[in-house]
Amino acid sequence: MTAKSGKSFAGRFGVHIAVLVFVVIWTIPTLGILVSSLRDKDQIIASGWWNSFASSSQTEAGRLPAASAQAQKDGKYVIEGNIFGDGAKRNVNAFGVKSSAPTQYPAGTAADLGDGVTLQMNADGSFALSSSKAFEGDRGQRVYYASSAPPKFTTENYKTVLFSEGIGRSFMNSLTVTIPSTVIPILIAAFAAYALAWMRFPGRALLIAVIIGLLVVPLQMSLIPLLKLYNGVGSFFGVPSKTYLGIWLAHTGFGLPFAIYLLRSYIAGLPREIMESARIDGASDFEIFVRIVLPLSFPVLASFAIFQFLWVWNDLLVAMVFLGTEADQIVLTAKLNALLGSRGGDWEILTTSAFVTIIVPLIVFFSLQRYFVRGLLAGSVKGG
Amino acid sequence: MAAQIFSAIFVIIIGVGGCVAYFWGANKLLDAVFPSRGVSGATAVDNLRRQGLVRPWLFVGPAMIILTIYLIYPVVETLRLSFLDRGGANFVGLANYEWAFGDHDFRNSILNNVLWLAVVPAACTFLGLIIAVLTDKIWWGTIAKSLIFLPLAISFVGASVIWKFIYEYRGEGQVQIGLLNAIIQHFGGQPQVWISLPFWNNFFLMVILIWIQTGFAMVILSSALRGIPEETLEAAVIDGANPFQIFWKIMVPQIWGTIAVVWTTITILVLKVFDIVLTMTNGQWNSQVLANLMFDWMFRGGGDFGRGATIAIIIMIAVIPIMVWNIRQANKETGGH
Repeated sequence: MTAKSGKSFAGRFGVHIAVLVFVVIWTIPTLGILVSSLRDKDQIIASGWWNSFASSSQTEAGRLPAASAQAQKDGKYVIEGNIFGDGAKRNVNAFGVKSSAPTQYPAGTAADLGDGVTLQMNADGSFALSSSKAFEGDRGQRVYYASSAPPKFTTENYKTVLFSEGIGRSFMNSLTVTIPSTVIPILIAAFAAYALAWMRFPGRALLIAVIIGLLVVPLQMSLIPLLKLYNGVGSFFGVPSKTYLGIWLAHTGFGLPFAIYLLRSYIAGLPREIMESARIDGASDFEIFVRIVLPLSFPVLASFAIFQFLWVWNDLLVAMVFLGTEADQIVLTAKLNALLGSRGGDWEILTTSAFVTIIVPLIVFFSLQRYFVRGLLAGSVKGG
Repeated sequence: MAAQIFSAIFVIIIGVGGCVAYFWGANKLLDAVFPSRGVSGATAVDNLRRQGLVRPWLFVGPAMIILTIYLIYPVVETLRLSFLDRGGANFVGLANYEWAFGDHDFRNSILNNVLWLAVVPAACTFLGLIIAVLTDKIWWGTIAKSLIFLPLAISFVGASVIWKFIYEYRGEGQVQIGLLNAIIQHFGGQPQVWISLPFWNNFFLMVILIWIQTGFAMVILSSALRGIPEETLEAAVIDGANPFQIFWKIMVPQIWGTIAVVWTTITILVLKVFDIVLTMTNGQWNSQVLANLMFDWMFRGGGDFGRGATIAIIIMIAVIPIMVWNIRQANKETGGH
């Protein structure tokens, strides 16, 4: 493959550039929320995240203290203080007293306001308004100033979403849903897959066809009858209809066709000789399955486990139908969806929550990519 | 919360333990009922045969029961419900279907679904193929592929937040914190509220799914490309074919089968697309799709199960040709193994 095209330098260079463009387009969106989630929340709305390493600057208006704050100094009346008060300190670049020229004077210079009044504002925000006559009135002088703040990164957003926005609790709920939903189907599917691959019985071909058919049945077909069934069971036994047990079983059911399909095609490909020599040694099907098939199938079991884990963790539809929306049941995806409604413009909350929801899949994905790709290839190239 | 963690661990133990106990116990029981050892030769052979008749059903039994409850019964029940009224009590014939085809939202959903079907599978397959070919030629191709593959691990809701941030709109003259509007403004254009532009907003939502699924197409197609015999490519080079001819006339025809599989897999996914529309627009501004409309009717005003089921059936009808094709392919491949 390497030999055939792009023999010219320009051609090869073009390939590198093209791939680089694709990679940038595909990574920029995720990078955007990662960077934003670490920014100060005032800076997120003040500048685009791609500018987050530059200082953010803004122009603001303020009012100096009124005449009552004046003191006499060297025969002059002076009002002193800091424009930022006790708040966060920024760097003043320039200031002014007219809204039409808010940055008329550079910081550190003394501006002549007429009538013998001068105003000096320094880079650190400290100011001195002095006059030869006493100040009067209870409204202070209006000032405008342009200030800049150095880039500020913080983990504050993570603290907020994890502990006060309920994301931490939802994270636990997601784990509670995901782990049993991943573990339970494996054994059930493995036994069925072995029987469908290596045991002869009437109706086997039909069963395989049914399972391949079920692979593509849209989830939407199951929702209403199952919702009715769960409500019915709930009211019959006087228990809540939205329970973790309910969703574990639902995910097991929805994951089974793929599990059986994937495991069967792998188990059917195991060498016949191993099975037959074990059978000659007097091993039963059960023993063959437990001692030979299960250990040999480890790679495909891992593939399925990763698939199911990612699928369940990322699922929104099943969780919204079979679980409640209270804090004790709402999973991460549903919580993120709810936050999109209630905290629509609060990007520090949304980007951080989104990053918390995707971090687990990303870790699983990167550490187990090999198994994931293997499952993907086995699951789709052969028919699904 | 402690109780919740405890119950989850408890369920894993019970679930796995129960499965093990069932399979082991049922197997033991079968051996006890039809003993093959310690009995006369003829009886042993007879019993072994009986065991062979029963054992497969012990193995597939649990899976069959769960599949029946969670998939087979619901399919039949959904079909039945689509002929009943909102509460599922009275037979209404085809009234739900008549309602559907006269309903503005439904027709809008069908139109949008057709748009999605026309654009997303084609775009994913095409981009995936291009990237697979390009990354095969460079030394850092594996890293590039990993990064393009990565969105596949992200949930649709997470991806929606990621892209909503890109489409974010601030009033004109303000600092645009959404990347798209910032770029537009930088080049002197007008910032827009992208997701509320009727018709075009569909494409902004599709971009999200394309972003997620291109990696899938790329991985599958890349492995198919590796399977192309080197000789065919070398012969083409010797005959003086240029790279485009090699791509379109030699490589693509040899992987048609895989392209079809990728295309149909993404097609099914598109028919079920729900999360993206729900979180981005919830069907407002004419961006509704069938799966989201169905969810809407399931719960709207206490839920109209008749109409919800009808919409589900329509999604199912669109899937059936692919289902039949899949079963045919699988039968051909296994050849009765």
